[in-house]
Amino acid sequence: MSKLWAFILIVLCLSASNVFGESVTTQLQQTAITDPTPLKVDTGDTAWVLISAALVMLMTPGLAFFYGGLVRRKNYLSVLMQCFIALAVLSIQWVLFGYSLAFGPGKGFWGGLQWFGLNGVGYEPYSAYAATIPHNAFMIFQAMFAVITPALIIGAFAERMKFSSFLIFIMLWATFVYDPIAHWVWGVGGWLKDLGALDFAGGTVVHINAGIAALVTAIVVGKRKCYEKHPTAPHNLPFSVLGAALLWFGWFGFNAGSALGANGLAASAFIVTNTAASASAICWALLDWLFNGKPTMLGTISGAVAGLVAITPAAGFVGIGSAIAIGLLVSVFCFLAVGFVKHKFGYDDSLDAFGIHGIGGIFGALATGLFASKAINATGADGLFFGNARQFMIQLIAVAVTVMYAFIVTLIIYKLVDIFVGVRVAEEEEAIGLDLTQHNERAYTMLE
Amino acid sequence: MKLIIAIIQPHRLECVKEELYKAGVNLITVNEVLGHGRQKGVTEIYRGMKETGNLLRKIRLEIAVNDNFVEPTIDAITKGAQTGETGDGKIFILPLEECVRIRTSERGSEAIG
Repeated sequence: MSKLWAFILIVLCLSASNVFGESVTTQLQQTAITDPTPLKVDTGDTAWVLISAALVMLMTPGLAFFYGGLVRRKNYLSVLMQCFIALAVLSIQWVLFGYSLAFGPGKGFWGGLQWFGLNGVGYEPYSAYAATIPHNAFMIFQAMFAVITPALIIGAFAERMKFSSFLIFIMLWATFVYDPIAHWVWGVGGWLKDLGALDFAGGTVVHINAGIAALVTAIVVGKRKCYEKHPTAPHNLPFSVLGAALLWFGWFGFNAGSALGANGLAASAFIVTNTAASASAICWALLDWLFNGKPTMLGTISGAVAGLVAITPAAGFVGIGSAIAIGLLVSVFCFLAVGFVKHKFGYDDSLDAFGIHGIGGIFGALATGLFASKAINATGADGLFFGNARQFMIQLIAVAVTVMYAFIVTLIIYKLVDIFVGVRVAEEEEAIGLDLTQHNERAYTMLE
Repeated sequence: MKLIIAIIQPHRLECVKEELYKAGVNLITVNEVLGHGRQKGVTEIYRGMKETGNLLRKIRLEIAVNDNFVEPTIDAITKGAQTGETGDGKIFILPLEECVRIRTSERGSEAIG
């Protein structure tokens, strides 16, 4: 038995020290002549990316609790259901054609359909994305991002959208907004990637994208009936705290997993993610204390999420000093957005999906152009504060393009769904609550 | 003195409160209750098991008023709670024997307002 273990150890050591490199290369040259890089699966990297994928998966139910706690109890299940079904529906979309559209190599609007049904997405690494993990591991890691992004928008139209139109909306949105932008920013041949835009874990693709879609839908779906006169209180804040905690936990997979390897960069991203979230949570609590009299639980978790959003694009390019600065600043911007701007303009972004993900995402993407440093990540770039003003301009372009594209196409999709199916529930259904009218269930009973 | 008890739809509570404030009635007690009137219950389905005719969530208001406030209070509740659908609720008016304000031990009409 011990001989077997010794054998396994030796094999592992040999493979780790790249002794087999040459033979692997020759073998690969026969199969993939265009790809000169030696491709070898690293078990540590693969394990970390698969665990990260699972961590990011947990963020969607986490988001469901975060949002669910904030709605009135008659709509609690509807929010949980929207998040949960998004996980299921978008997972299928992704393995069938979403991954191919987003990550298939190509210079077009989408990547293409060459990887339809995961055809050709196998055990071999695809070096342009991740050279040390199987291609299918990369694919499933990305799947979880594709799932949570449309789910983030739920916060904007919570408590008033028909379930059937919700399903159609997220399918169209994932296909026509998420997949193209993911391709432009991350895909081989994506034009924003070629331009040099830095987005470590999805500031533009995930947060700005979903945040802007949230703003659009909040405006066009209209206010909740109760909104003008009576701002509604969260029905169960402890659930929101649980949700925020799960989001924070899952975000380690989101950001540190985006290093696509079990290495120092992953640890660095892990550290700055935790640091920025902490700084931002403290900052929001202080702002609450200062302007609203008391530090609030909802404020503190909002701050934590804002910090996590803002550090997302920067996670692989900045150190802890920058992470603290980003965390402190993003809370200020988001605090203003949800506390003042929203009321000034009067749109009903029920759960502040735009105020936190949109504003936090835009700030984070621009901050990446300020704070990025090659000392942290040699494959990245220096930001404005490290003497490279051009990077800030590139970030600005990437932000502007994402904002405009997401705004226009979300609007078109929304209008189409509204014309053919009707987006909003009837007034009476809204009054009774979506749990009973959309799902025939209620979250809480009064008697046993 | 009368005690007014009203059973209304939960989502009309804010409107009723608003109408009551307009009528100068500020002191109310609100309960969440379950009830069954003429309105058919909602259907709930759990793993295919249908449950109909369940008791519905309602709001129960209790308002103690002096006699000259009875009609304004009834008007305010009706205005705020009426939708014209089955299930809008009912108002019950009961004679009230005595009322004591605990803080001052005042009694009767003085104590009510």
